Amino acid sequence: MLVAIAIVRLRDLFAAAMLFAIYSLLSAALFVVLDAGDVALTEAAVGAGISTILVLAVLTLTERYEAPIKKSAHHDRWAMLVVGVTGALLIYATFDLPQFGSPTTPVQTHVGGHYIAQTYADMGIPNMVAAVLASYRSIDTLGEGFVILTAGLAVYALLSVRPKKYQGKHRDE
Amino acid sequence: MSDNKILRIVARFLIPLIMLFALYIQFHGEYSPGGGFQAGVVFAAAWILFVLIFGMDLGLAVIPKRAMYVLMLIGVLIYCAVGLINVIQGGAFLEFATLLPNPQAAQQAGIVTVELGIGITVASAIMMIFTKFAERKAWLDAVEEEAP
Repeated sequence: MLVAIAIVRLRDLFAAAMLFAIYSLLSAALFVVLDAGDVALTEAAVGAGISTILVLAVLTLTERYEAPIKKSAHHDRWAMLVVGVTGALLIYATFDLPQFGSPTTPVQTHVGGHYIAQTYADMGIPNMVAAVLASYRSIDTLGEGFVILTAGLAVYALLSVRPKKYQGKHRDE
Repeated sequence: MSDNKILRIVARFLIPLIMLFALYIQFHGEYSPGGGFQAGVVFAAAWILFVLIFGMDLGLAVIPKRAMYVLMLIGVLIYCAVGLINVIQGGAFLEFATLLPNPQAAQQAGIVTVELGIGITVASAIMMIFTKFAERKAWLDAVEEEAP
């Protein structure tokens, strides 16, 4: 929480990237506390590791410091109103959430119980997350694979265009 | 590229371990936390560390750009191929049950294969994205050098 506020207030993008890594690592620790090993591993590897590296790679292409924002009270007021109303609604919605760990929530009563009871009989592997991810919900994961592929292709397409100045000078190469 | 001796030696020691750990996450994913996505990311991280220490030229000599493009597609194709084999053998798309006579072994074989596909795609996509950023940086530097 404190880290998040610090990130918003910072103008130094390098420090912000580092704080994001810390934020991800803290989230990963939180997931470990909640016994969600798979998610924790993902958060630590992707959030704290690769995202930070990619953000730093982007920072080498741009400036280190964010440009100071021009103060215009009018815009600020409207933005503040939208943020305040949305935040209030979200907090209001949390009153409807079931108690943490309650056994009667849809998460526990819907298909979750079936997976917990059947995974070992169906596949003989103890990690239910892997079973759900790769077998019960295999087509979802195929979609995720395509998302990664599309992201790679999009970055390839965007960054393969050489800067104009470079093109002019090195055309004969 | 770094000439710092400590960095070079520690990296030389760590990179194989990180890659081994990635393979562990990949192929032990059914028994402990892990799977294709995490393994791919960790493997790519090891390669990126190699590039940061020993330079992009050596990094591309290990895994050429062309290999990244091809592997990125091969990963997804492995995944689709497993699904299509199921269909050809008379099952549903990505059902896995038709792969082997023992249903549990069939599921495990299916899971391991599709996770491998995901791992290959994720690792090569991330390596390619990083390569592209580094390439662009080199282009921009070249422009700046020529225009004082």
